Amino acid sequence: MADTLLDIRNLRIEATAYPPGEAPRDLVIVDDVSLRLDKGRVMGLIGESGAGKSTIGLSAMAYGRGGVRITGGQVLLNGRDILAAGPAGLRALRGREVTYVAQSAAAAFNPARRLMDQVIEATLWHRLAGRAEAEARAIGLFRSLGLPAPETIGNRYPHQVSGGQLQRVMTAMALCPKPDLVIFDEPTTALDVTTQIDVLAAIKTAIRETGVAALYITHDLAVVAQVADEIMVLRHGKMVEAGETGQIITAPRQDYTRALVSVRSIDHAEKPPADEPVLRVEGVTARYPGLPVDVLRNVSVSLDPGHTLAVVGESGSGKSTLARAITGLLPPVAGQMRFAGRTLAPQLAGRTKDDLRELQMIYQMADVAMNPRQTVGTIIGRPLEFYFGLKGAERDARVQDLLDAIEMGKGYADRYPAELSGGQKQRVCIARALAAKPRMIICDEVTSALDPLVADGILRLLLDLQAREGVAYLFITHDLATVRAIADSIAVMHQGRVVRYGTKSEVLAPPFDDYTDLLLSSVPEMRLGWLEGVIASRRMEGAGN
Amino acid sequence: MHPVLKLLTQRIALGLVLMLAASVMIFAGTQILPGDVAQSILGQSATPQSLANLRAELGLNDPAWLRYFRWLGAALQGDLGTALTNKQDIATSMGLRLGNTLFLAFWAALISVPTAILLGLIAVRYQGRWPDKLISGVTLATVSVPEFLLGYIVMFYLAVKFRAFPSVATVYDSMSLGEKLNAIALPVIVLVLVVLGHMMRMTRAAILNVMQSAYVETAELKGLRPFTVIARHAFPNAIAPVVNVVMINLAYLVVGVVVVEVVFVYPGMGQYLVDHVSKRDVPVVQACGLVFAAVYIGLNMLADVISILANPRLRHPK
Amino acid sequence: MMRIPISALIGLTLTALYFLGAIFAGLVAPYGMAEIVGDSWEPASAAHWLGTDSIGRDLLSRMIWGGQVTIFVATAGTILSFVTGSVLGFTAAVAGGWIDQALSRFVDLIMAVPALIFALVVLSVMPVTLPVLILVMGLLDATRVFRLARAVAVDITVMDYVEAARLRGERRAWIIFREILPNALSPLVAEMGLRFIFMVLFISTLSFLGLGVQPPLADWGGIVKENKEGIVYGIPAALIPAIAIATLAISVNLVADWILNRTTSLKGGRGG
Repeated sequence: MADTLLDIRNLRIEATAYPPGEAPRDLVIVDDVSLRLDKGRVMGLIGESGAGKSTIGLSAMAYGRGGVRITGGQVLLNGRDILAAGPAGLRALRGREVTYVAQSAAAAFNPARRLMDQVIEATLWHRLAGRAEAEARAIGLFRSLGLPAPETIGNRYPHQVSGGQLQRVMTAMALCPKPDLVIFDEPTTALDVTTQIDVLAAIKTAIRETGVAALYITHDLAVVAQVADEIMVLRHGKMVEAGETGQIITAPRQDYTRALVSVRSIDHAEKPPADEPVLRVEGVTARYPGLPVDVLRNVSVSLDPGHTLAVVGESGSGKSTLARAITGLLPPVAGQMRFAGRTLAPQLAGRTKDDLRELQMIYQMADVAMNPRQTVGTIIGRPLEFYFGLKGAERDARVQDLLDAIEMGKGYADRYPAELSGGQKQRVCIARALAAKPRMIICDEVTSALDPLVADGILRLLLDLQAREGVAYLFITHDLATVRAIADSIAVMHQGRVVRYGTKSEVLAPPFDDYTDLLLSSVPEMRLGWLEGVIASRRMEGAGN
Repeated sequence: MHPVLKLLTQRIALGLVLMLAASVMIFAGTQILPGDVAQSILGQSATPQSLANLRAELGLNDPAWLRYFRWLGAALQGDLGTALTNKQDIATSMGLRLGNTLFLAFWAALISVPTAILLGLIAVRYQGRWPDKLISGVTLATVSVPEFLLGYIVMFYLAVKFRAFPSVATVYDSMSLGEKLNAIALPVIVLVLVVLGHMMRMTRAAILNVMQSAYVETAELKGLRPFTVIARHAFPNAIAPVVNVVMINLAYLVVGVVVVEVVFVYPGMGQYLVDHVSKRDVPVVQACGLVFAAVYIGLNMLADVISILANPRLRHPK
Repeated sequence: MMRIPISALIGLTLTALYFLGAIFAGLVAPYGMAEIVGDSWEPASAAHWLGTDSIGRDLLSRMIWGGQVTIFVATAGTILSFVTGSVLGFTAAVAGGWIDQALSRFVDLIMAVPALIFALVVLSVMPVTLPVLILVMGLLDATRVFRLARAVAVDITVMDYVEAARLRGERRAWIIFREILPNALSPLVAEMGLRFIFMVLFISTLSFLGLGVQPPLADWGGIVKENKEGIVYGIPAALIPAIAIATLAISVNLVADWILNRTTSLKGGRGG
């Protein structure tokens, strides 16, 4: 076909792993993947971590990161096999025909050089334009990407602009040489949700205005549905399914794709309010020692027994600080907390053993929440021993009960955390919290480090345990899809304050305050045209004001 | 105030405080024992009366802090006291020897710094291949070997077997530069070998760290030539860590010089210090310790100052 | 079963050989330490495998006895530096606050002066005996162990599992001995090898300068000093103890490297 830009045929990529103390072994990272991308089209590559999506993306520049080797297949760009191009041929191609936008722009820019020098570097190097023209081009791109002060932002150093801006500058850097193909490698993953939508819209506009083709790599199907014409779903280095975007998200053919599309579609009915809350936080204000700023300002929320209160906010909103205040790790400077009918001492040291037992915590990173030198049996058994004095066979039996409750069965008690998968680790942490027979568990971003399907399983488990044990959750998250799936009531936090608080149905129904509106409307939805809709309605509101 | 200026002021102030504190420690280090300078001068057979007289003469009956301030005050004015053993002025005897030591250290640094950086670059360029492994292996060996072994091996082969250079490094003022260089060739070779390993290893690590950063990958993906990637993107960020490495190793060299001077009977500070430790000549030992500590602390401070100056985040604040 | 790399195997064998030689010096050494058996600097022969030294003592015997002194002093110094450094380092990390500040600043101070120079200053007034040498070297070197132990412990105390233990209400002793210590052990064990090498080099250097082990007792550094005059006449006797020091240092280095590599994998605590 005349207008085929990129044609990858039966690509196979391998790497060698060097586990300490063991013989090196070869791993297949990408196995027999083929794809074809026409000029001016955008293809989304989607998959969980380890799916090989970034590796495939970089193969379009014949680049292997960290000892990765392309061991089979062909990569044709504009009809030439670039795997046979040789070093000089590759240099002529990189930065000219294909460019790259990395996930972390903060690390991808040289800290010692001004942004403009880096943005126009490839254009000058490949003699595609003179300096004046290249700079004019860059400024034009800065403007169309919605960067503030497009004329002068190029004079800044990378650390002088924000993360969202830097990501847009990186996009400008990729577009400046007018390439045929841009590889976007998770360009919005590291950003907050309200920043992500702006960057996403800017990228989409820039792609459309320049007519460039793109490979868009991400783990978030809702995001890729907004920018891609077609989508390829990958898992464990193999292709699962490929097709037009509309077909993938509305009529997926494979089970795995169906699961990805329907993730977080858990239907959770709101529970009726109870008489007496298990936790009542009243007017709590907190600050970190030595810092003059209040990270929590006059926060009041309450949580009913057996209910879930979702605390939602972006990074820096104070949601994790609220958890630290409740657990006693950061004693508040004002306000009080009542728990199970008792007043909670502000300091951890002042709390009774029952306070500690009945108020448990699960962490975001299960990896570092478990002592790597203790077995699963010790980890789950310790609270049994510590709070209830269980020993020996009695304790082991109870550990096994808990392992059954988290659907992990026999044989896990003797294992070490390093031998478990990410989802299993988080399950063990849940079991450790349950072992204390708590009234309430604080869940701090417990699913955000997990792949969507695994996260889904954890959420279902938590709901299931809540129904059986009647435990209440204070669920801290930045992800509104999770909130919808699990919450009975919601507190929206912004800059240390609770800006909106009530039952799920109240909070998620209009009229909204400005911040909640911004937050809710920024969460990508899995339907075509969502991004355009949001941008258009924001323009209209802007015009109306 | 510009943040760089502020940090520099803080770091230099810290350096001065450390030097002051080091002087306290060196002074205190010689006060640990009940026996004192008077005892050392007169020996065990001294009568109580002669001891008391000498103590009064030397001001030893004053409290330790008063003696410290007297000692420091004089040292700051260039008066390091008189040696107990030969009654000579320490500052005068030391001046000549310090010059000799700096002469030796200067030539060792002049050879070892470029060599270490070059070898470091080669090791990075051929990372994981035989030149890297060879350099790393030899480095591991030189790091584990005592200075005096290197000294005697070099002396045994180059001076005794092949008679290429004199085995004893005697220098005096009337020698020409060429003669002096010939005389110090062996100690310089040994000093170079002593610091080269450390310096090369640390240089390699510093450059590798920069080469593995995401911005170097970005530059490669722009299609730049390897040389341009290194010159434009790696080098400006590698200067600070490499200079830091060099300074730290020069500080290390100051210590290495002590042993090497003894091996080659070179009339420098190290030889002077060791001689007077054996003779228990406390004022000389204190003075030498103070000078060595000052050089060491000064070089470490310089390393930090350069890192601060080279940091773009500090030079261009938000 | 673990595969032991060839370099570690060489290191282990040599290290074991030196230690066995030191422990059983009385059984292995053909002659006594100070026994004069021939002329000065006799070449190697069937009777004297390594020849004789500057005043006609059997060099091989003297090497074995000297090794005993070197290894004993270095081991004692390492233990002292290790116990002092790690106890204080852990205390600083767990206690925090002013205790941490005071200890850390004091250590900064000692480390601002090169260890050899400081040792020379102190030895200029102290009687040079084995206990004093061990004490001075051990305490000076404890500063490095302190820094490492503190850094490792601080890294661990910020881990969520330590926070989880605190939230559970565990006592400080449980947190130190059950949560922190098992995770801090492997970097410290590897460091122990490096500290031992440092001690060997330190005592050898001091003895070589004439400020360490005093005659008639001698360690390897001292034997170098006794025979250094021979070098100028082409007699390599001084090189033999020097080479012994170097090979011991390299062997221990190889073993330490291997331990560090092996234990950095967090594949559970099994066999680790």
